[in-house]
Amino acid sequence: MTVAAPVLVLLDHTETGALRAPVRELLTLARGLAGSAPVHAAWPLDGIEPSASVIDDVASLGATHMHRLSADGDLHLSAVLAEALASLLDATGAGLLLLESSFENKEAAARLAVSTGAGVITDADTLSLVDGRFVAAKTVFAGTWNTTCAITAPLAIVTVKPNSVVVSTIAPTTPVVTDHAVAVSEKARRVTLVERVVRPESGRPDLGSAAVVVAGGRGTEGDFSLVEELADVIGGAVGATRVATDEGWIGHDAQIGQTGVTIAPKLYVGVGVSGAVHHRGGMQASGTIVAINSDPDAPIFEIADFGVVGDLFTVLPQAVAELRRLKG
Amino acid sequence: MCVKHVPDIQSERALGPDRRVVRDGGDGTINELDENALEAAIALVEASEGSVVALTVGPADAADAVRRGLQLGAQEAVHVLDDAIGGSDAIGTARVLAAAIKHLDAQEPVDLVITGMAGLDALTSLLPTAIAELLDVPALPLAAELTVDADARTVRVRRNLDHASEVLEAALPALVSVTDQANEPRYPGFKGIMAARKIPITTLTLADLGVDASRVGAPGARTEVLEAAARPARENRVLINDTGDAGTRLAAYLVDNKLV
Repeated sequence: MTVAAPVLVLLDHTETGALRAPVRELLTLARGLAGSAPVHAAWPLDGIEPSASVIDDVASLGATHMHRLSADGDLHLSAVLAEALASLLDATGAGLLLLESSFENKEAAARLAVSTGAGVITDADTLSLVDGRFVAAKTVFAGTWNTTCAITAPLAIVTVKPNSVVVSTIAPTTPVVTDHAVAVSEKARRVTLVERVVRPESGRPDLGSAAVVVAGGRGTEGDFSLVEELADVIGGAVGATRVATDEGWIGHDAQIGQTGVTIAPKLYVGVGVSGAVHHRGGMQASGTIVAINSDPDAPIFEIADFGVVGDLFTVLPQAVAELRRLKG
Repeated sequence: MCVKHVPDIQSERALGPDRRVVRDGGDGTINELDENALEAAIALVEASEGSVVALTVGPADAADAVRRGLQLGAQEAVHVLDDAIGGSDAIGTARVLAAAIKHLDAQEPVDLVITGMAGLDALTSLLPTAIAELLDVPALPLAAELTVDADARTVRVRRNLDHASEVLEAALPALVSVTDQANEPRYPGFKGIMAARKIPITTLTLADLGVDASRVGAPGARTEVLEAAARPARENRVLINDTGDAGTRLAAYLVDNKLV
């Protein structure tokens, strides 16, 4: 017999106060795992208040408690965030903390693992409760191996990859909204955040969490207009290879790969992408892989579900026109 | 200044029947992201003063990783080798590395610990921050740019996150992890390779470090790998040569399979 424990979910949000898309997946997951226990949601109050519609949204996803989390330090610093979350874990008695898989959240998770003794799994695809233990599935070695891991410690911290959970809502109840202010230690303030520049939103989906991604590589010869056009027709994010970002054809934040953004969208379309090891490491866990390249020996074709050997400058305009026609 | 480079373990990309990473691959390459860490460390001491100690943990052939460090210009190489370490999770590995750094710090103060951004194997990106937390020093992870002010004894990094770029600063001693944007790693020269042969690699055990074996390895792990299998090859793959209608066929594939 297992007794479900409360679950705590960190509500990552944009600078304009909108929930990041993967957070809605986390809440859906938390509701299923908590059973009859409460689902606590933590909104980092870094100068941005949760709006009434956000609170409604969070409630319809199953959160029973909403904590406006503040600290006497910058919550963008992982040491401050970790201490604030530790305090909230303590206050809520949560047995599981769910986080979006971002660099910052993984840093906070590492600190919490050391300070609380929690077991941590990063980049989980699924998470379930098996015989009282949290068991996660995740891919390792750049998406080439599937593993399942159990957390054996009493407190579990799991960062979940985007596009892992189908979001569903319930009839909302009114969540209990409370303020949770944390006084952090001197030690958490040893790093100074000298500057933080938020990238402007592109109007397209977020590369790291998009369900559809169109990536351009060397074959584009620096012309990303067709890549962007296809992305916009199919509602995708735009990404790139290391060559394309190093050449300055597009910003470094668009780089997909082992050292850039790791993606696992439902659909990946590689345009003029050869499929170098580094790039594959960041995208080969994608659901369906489509590739267009003029070189029949390009390694991307070894993993493509649908490959076109051809000139992208003729194939892509034709595909875009046909997609517009089919989608009416 | 004394800089530790921590190659977190060379990458060997398979899981064995015991569901642990197979690490007896023989080619013994250094985790390539750690080359950026080595480069950063060596460039820093070249620009000011001090020494670089290359530090690794892992089975016998992990020694190749620190030997590579010596070839590139590190003055000292330390390898933590102990059967009890096998099966450690990220926190267990961090515990061993933190203990080794404390051990070295007692001999000569360590100002800066530099690691790669993540292991290219099953280990996670938790390692750098966990080491810093265990050492009780500030962490400045994912440096795309790294500057050390030796006079002011501060370190500053610029890092690019998913939604923002940040500049972090802290006083030394501190830990940084560097990305592959931080520098262009050098190759070892003939002179470096010859010189490295003369430097012995120091091997330390858990007992030397005063680490309780029950807190690392499988007994100390808080996660347990239950299953591991190579991802099956993709099936029903289609490859076409464009004969004039590939764009149309591509569009039909996306729509028919409800992908868009």
